[in-house]
Amino acid sequence: MERVTDFLLELRSEEIPARMQDKARADLARLFAEEISKAGLQASEIVTFATPRRLALIARGLPLQTSAVSEELKGPKTSAPPQALEGFLRKTGLTQDQLEDRDGTWFAVIAKPGRQTAEVLTEAVPAIVRAFPWPKSMRWGAASASTESLRWVRPLQGIVALLGDTVVPFEIDGVVSGSATVGHRFHHSGDVTIGNAADYAAKLNACHVIVDQDERRAIIRTGAEKAATAAGLMLVPDEGLVIENSGLTEWPVPMLGRFDPAFLAVPEEVIQLTARVNQKYFICRDTAGKLANAFVCTANITANDGGAAIVAGNEKVLAARLSDAKFFWEQDLKVPLETQAEKLKDIVFHEKLGTVADKVERVAKLARWLVDEGIVAPAQAGASAGIGHPDVKQAPACAGATELANDAERAARLCKADLVTGMVGEFPELQGIMGGYYARAQGEADAVADAVRGHYKPVGQGDEVPTAPVTVAVSLADKLDSLIVFFACQVVPTGSKDPFALRRAALGVLSVLTENGLRMRLQSAFELVSPMIPNKRGTARLIGVRDDANFGKVDVQFLELLDFFADRLKVQQREAGVRHDLIDAVFALGGEDDLVRLLARVKALQAFVITEEGTNLLAGYKRAANILKQADGVAPAEAGASAGVGTQGVELAAAFAGATEFDVALLNALEAAEPKAAAAIEAENFEGAMAALATLRAPIDAFFESVMVNDPDPQKRAFRLGLLARFRDAVHRVADFSKIEG
Amino acid sequence: MMEGQPLSFQDLILTLHDYWGKQGCVILQPYDMRVGAGTFHPATTLRALGPDHWNAAYVQPSRRPTDGRYGENPNRLQHYYQYQVIMKPSPANLQELYLGSLDAIGIDPLKHDIRFVEDDWESPTLGAWGLGWEVWCDGMEVTQFTYFQQMGGFDCKPVAGELTYGLERLAMYIQGKDSVYDLAFNDAGVTYGDVFHKNEVEFSTYNFEVADTASLFDGFAKAEAECKRCIDANIPLAAYDQAIEASHLFNLLQARGVISVQERASYMGRVRDLAKGSCQAWMDKNGWSA
Repeated sequence: MERVTDFLLELRSEEIPARMQDKARADLARLFAEEISKAGLQASEIVTFATPRRLALIARGLPLQTSAVSEELKGPKTSAPPQALEGFLRKTGLTQDQLEDRDGTWFAVIAKPGRQTAEVLTEAVPAIVRAFPWPKSMRWGAASASTESLRWVRPLQGIVALLGDTVVPFEIDGVVSGSATVGHRFHHSGDVTIGNAADYAAKLNACHVIVDQDERRAIIRTGAEKAATAAGLMLVPDEGLVIENSGLTEWPVPMLGRFDPAFLAVPEEVIQLTARVNQKYFICRDTAGKLANAFVCTANITANDGGAAIVAGNEKVLAARLSDAKFFWEQDLKVPLETQAEKLKDIVFHEKLGTVADKVERVAKLARWLVDEGIVAPAQAGASAGIGHPDVKQAPACAGATELANDAERAARLCKADLVTGMVGEFPELQGIMGGYYARAQGEADAVADAVRGHYKPVGQGDEVPTAPVTVAVSLADKLDSLIVFFACQVVPTGSKDPFALRRAALGVLSVLTENGLRMRLQSAFELVSPMIPNKRGTARLIGVRDDANFGKVDVQFLELLDFFADRLKVQQREAGVRHDLIDAVFALGGEDDLVRLLARVKALQAFVITEEGTNLLAGYKRAANILKQADGVAPAEAGASAGVGTQGVELAAAFAGATEFDVALLNALEAAEPKAAAAIEAENFEGAMAALATLRAPIDAFFESVMVNDPDPQKRAFRLGLLARFRDAVHRVADFSKIEG
Repeated sequence: MMEGQPLSFQDLILTLHDYWGKQGCVILQPYDMRVGAGTFHPATTLRALGPDHWNAAYVQPSRRPTDGRYGENPNRLQHYYQYQVIMKPSPANLQELYLGSLDAIGIDPLKHDIRFVEDDWESPTLGAWGLGWEVWCDGMEVTQFTYFQQMGGFDCKPVAGELTYGLERLAMYIQGKDSVYDLAFNDAGVTYGDVFHKNEVEFSTYNFEVADTASLFDGFAKAEAECKRCIDANIPLAAYDQAIEASHLFNLLQARGVISVQERASYMGRVRDLAKGSCQAWMDKNGWSA
């Protein structure tokens, strides 16, 4: 007799939602492996299958028996009261003479013989079924008179459980395991008896069921392509649709259908969405790449009329949907976007924040401001980074700026108008895209229409980032407005709750700023937008004002927004390999709300800390910081000043009798490095600032090597602590090294 | 498209009556109130609660004021028919029974592509939800198939299976018509348009333009008050009628465009409270525990 065999499990139910099938397979494999491993069993391979009507697993190479194990149980102390011992004997089913006395404690050694694998499975499978993690599950039938009845994704109808050629017998809420299943819902009637795992797929195939989803996917992929090619067209590949259709069919048959070319007047995105989302059809292009009046649907039968009726039916359904879409398109075209935009007064943006019309007004002002301030410049908006200084108000750089400002404001005023169109009402996913079409159709400039279309971008990491100046201005204004007004009103994301997608908006702002190298002070935008928040009561909107060392009098909600940006920046830059601790180290300096400049500094820092100089300087910094922390009793700055390491340090230090050459060398190095670093930072030459810091490395190393900071002479000690404090402060002007890990 | 003469609209209904009657369903007549869907009929809403077995089928005229198109859209109507089947507890072979009904009305499943596509059902105004599918025939949704899990906020014990056929759509499919108004209502030359086109034009006008919003608001408040009085008087069936009334008046107010976005949620909440209150009273009166 073979020592190992295969196990087949098929859980047959009414139609399982397509989107749940892949996860269900993964869950089944994982739970099965976990459950049998509790009995010490392991399969050499587990494969899973899913169709609309079945979830199946084959575990190969299962031993027929589990190995014998002996289990040791610790009991009460021999000195314990007799009740404790009695309890232990009851629990183990042993008598006292079977126990071992080890150093005054009773032990039971229970030999567990190997179990039949079939017996293990009899318990394991019902446990898996009862605890299966479906995203949504239900009760059904007579048993559901109790809310404790079995739950499954849809009614569970049958179970095949075969270990080798033998049925593993069990019952779950009236569903009894066996060897019989059913074939295709329409192509086969009656039971199909499965012999074992090896003949499962073949037997089902003979009954028009392709149980392997990968096989069905291949059929759909190539079949759809063939159908398109045969019509002289190219299929638009769509793996999502392949997977979805494979989850809706046991016997997929792709077929080409047509629609009236008159519908091609409707924007391509609408046709694609209607076909894809509503009907799960593939779309096709002609050889020139234009959308063709054809689609590929995937039937679940080989029809007895060759599929004519199915194609005709699907054509009719699509035609009805497209004529709806065409109706909306034509209706919408009759109404200018300005007129549509007036209806935005009736749409509440947020109860604390007025209507969408209010938002549009703010976005329009902000978009114009971005151009007027020279933050977004005409042409080459994305060409160069880090040129302009954000603190200095720039005159619009060239003659195109007026036009750009007008276009940006115009696009902003139109950008939300499509929300009230019939088409976007029907297909909310097309917001922006439809607005772009309607703008172009009513003769707006291309730059304006493009901005209306693209202003929601980027909608996620990896999405295209706008670079056209008008689009950049509107995209930025729209997102900044949302962030500023929600933060100003303390409607901020918490945990997993971010109903207004502010995290995504902040990431979008970061991408637009960094990819285009745009320089701006977030505080200025905050101060422009927050007074525009509608305020019924006429009271101060401000939650509170704080005196910030760097920003001066500042709205505390602005500081919160800045922290939020810091967190998003870490997320955004993680993929680019930028260390989050370095971002913290620069943010901790405070006062920086120009995110492009901040990032440049972070990147220079990252390049520096991995050099030998950087690593050693960081070590020197940490040592200095520790010593200063321990010397907390003495206020180092004061001590330093009294010991003559103030700004006119050189002469004073020279006058300080106890100074060694190492003290002097460090002091001189600081004297030289500080102005260099400051000048470099002023010029935003962060590499230069790092280079200036690097000159401190040798002197600080030598200093630690050769002098004792905690000198018994309090004057010397104070002097050296002062020196270290000055070293620390010099480093801090570049970044807060205490935040750097390692 | 079908072999032989396709069923007229009225024969479609008669065939379904005959089929579901043979499956043990009580064949009921439509409920005599304005409702948005067959589910609102007390034979579904209230009978879905409690342990009693219950099988019924009926046609329910359904009113969706906002869907009116003045008789100009070939597919959209403010008044249409649903064919509703409810079986409690849901039989183990409900899918097969349903497919049998398609066969009875002349749909060959080896010629037409019948599919069960995930579509979970929820009625916020009834405090109800269930899992199931929309049934596709060659890509067209012809039926909503639902296993009720909750009704009026109560767990269904046992679960009922509900089938809702869109009769006009199904008829258009069977008869191969592109416009609902071209449907053969009978085999004597009367079309659906002959019977209903004027109604669509008039009621679209009424729903969108004429209905007096002040009296609708007033009617809503009165129905709400009456529902509560009936609950207090322990007559849940009468209370539920008032919940239905309030729900329809709310739909009309929506069509008139006088309910703002924020108010909408609040009105829906009020209708739900009435429906739930009626269900609660029905449970209590029958001595069923939640």
